[in-house]
Amino acid sequence: MKTYENTGSKDTRSGFGAGLEALGKINENVVALCADLTGSLKMDAFKENHPERFFQVGIAEANMMGLAAGMTIGGKIPFTGTFANFSTGRVYDQIRQSIAYSDKNVKICASHAGLTLGEDGATHQILEDIGLMKMLPGMTVINTCDYNQTKAATMAIANHHGPVYLRFGRPKVANFTPEDQHFEIGKAVHLQEGTDVTIVATGHLVWEALEAAKTLHNDGISAAVINIHTIKPLDAAAILESVKTTGCVVTAEEHNFLGGLGESVARELALAHPVPQEFVATQDTFGESGTPAELMEKYGLNAEAITKAAKKVMARK
Amino acid sequence: MGTGIEKSIFALIYKNQMADIQHLENFVTQVRRDILRQVHKVNSGHPGGSLGCAEFFVVLYQELMDRKEGFDMDGKGEDLFFLSNGHISPVFYSVLARSGYFPVEELNTFRLLNSRLQGHPTTHEGLPGVRIASGSLGQGISVALGAAETKKLNNCDHLIYALMGDGELQEGQNWEAIMYAAANRIDNIVVTVDLNGQQIDGSTDNVLPMGSVKSKFEAFGWDVLEIEKGNDIQAIIDGLTAAKSRTGNGKPICVLLHTVMGNGVDFMMHTHAWHGKAPNDEQLAIGLEQNPETLGDY
Repeated sequence: MKTYENTGSKDTRSGFGAGLEALGKINENVVALCADLTGSLKMDAFKENHPERFFQVGIAEANMMGLAAGMTIGGKIPFTGTFANFSTGRVYDQIRQSIAYSDKNVKICASHAGLTLGEDGATHQILEDIGLMKMLPGMTVINTCDYNQTKAATMAIANHHGPVYLRFGRPKVANFTPEDQHFEIGKAVHLQEGTDVTIVATGHLVWEALEAAKTLHNDGISAAVINIHTIKPLDAAAILESVKTTGCVVTAEEHNFLGGLGESVARELALAHPVPQEFVATQDTFGESGTPAELMEKYGLNAEAITKAAKKVMARK
Repeated sequence: MGTGIEKSIFALIYKNQMADIQHLENFVTQVRRDILRQVHKVNSGHPGGSLGCAEFFVVLYQELMDRKEGFDMDGKGEDLFFLSNGHISPVFYSVLARSGYFPVEELNTFRLLNSRLQGHPTTHEGLPGVRIASGSLGQGISVALGAAETKKLNNCDHLIYALMGDGELQEGQNWEAIMYAAANRIDNIVVTVDLNGQQIDGSTDNVLPMGSVKSKFEAFGWDVLEIEKGNDIQAIIDGLTAAKSRTGNGKPICVLLHTVMGNGVDFMMHTHAWHGKAPNDEQLAIGLEQNPETLGDY
């Protein structure tokens, strides 16, 4: 089994900030908009080095989405930055009409997604955003797992024409993917080969899936781990190939089971190769205040929960 | 008074101006026919607001905007127009078609299955001339401001024009946009508000009174002009020309265009009843009789 090293925990939002700043240097069409959360989104470096291409819109997310849509007309590539809740639910109709339906080349970059936002509580902890965004025709949906991958994804989406939702988070998490990785939108990353169970994870749950695989390995269970950074378009072929060997799957995400990665995977399985599936996700609930680790434990979104789900799904084979 | 030669030059210019106005009047009459025929054919659509803005659209596309040949839609090197109140698509489609963006015959497909002329304008089907989808209200000004920001970044001194309804100002996003524009000195934009005083449920004063729209825009830091005769071609030319001349001075420009909903078809005027209702056969015949064919029906 492969081993992965945490090269030093970092927040994925800082990966976004670093990617945006790097993009600013190499692509003069990249512009950035922020709704009064520049520091939280780690957009300071871009703002400092490219002030003419940084737009502070204030606490006005609906206007930000419209501005971004308009800026594409004439060739700019806007990256919007605010929390995931304010990037999606608050502005759904603006994204739907002015960006997605209008096929505008806007990159909606969303930090503080999910429970790991922590102490601010449920008003800010959106667990429905993947579902909201993946339902929009033409929208690409990406949820990165660590700093390095978030930086690579931020840079990659500038070269993709069309609306993109890029989801990342607040806390420092293990940084384990290669620093110089090539990020290919829509391409799954096989982290562990396995024959007994397939774990398909996205975002912060990818590292937890690797930890679970280690535990399972010690218990004599061979778990495949697939990092799905792109939820839409989904790399169904990669998942199906693994599942044909293992015969069961656990999906893991920091999101409601309704509308998330798990449902997308279930659809592919139902169409091509039905097998038992367990969903590591929130169970149609809002979050609450607490530390990220406490919340992930309470809501069953950690390595321990994935390990349990793997054993449970194997018993259903 | 000047010399004889000066007098005759003046007379010539005056005559040409009058000829231009007559041409635009004829254009408007044809656009009214197009509006009525589009909505009548599919028994749906929004004739009232469309008719009220026919003169504005004709002046904008035939007189005022600096538009590129070729209709390539890359958004560079020309003035751009954004329609926020997308439900008045019949007038937009008519003027776009008759300005060369797509074949006039395509007006026959308005609101039909597989048409590029959707009920509300969209870029989705690739209709030339439409730069953003609109219909869900209150979003167009933000988009237009974004395009204005890109014009500045591209060092392009062409202008952005936008039109919105007055009832639409009830949407909160507008006020985010209006605040942003003044704060950021976006002075390469002219936003026209169609002040017809009507919305679906009745007059704006009855549905949700907005007070003085002029004072509100001014309080937000905009330079506001009014065109009292918003269905008079010369008044619109003068007003929009004045608006254009006031761009570049650090303030966004707002034009309050006082129009009559349903203008040019007597039984549709001064009422919200025709906001979203199509004429029947008899009503169509009356409307067309009041607006004889000028440029040729599609």
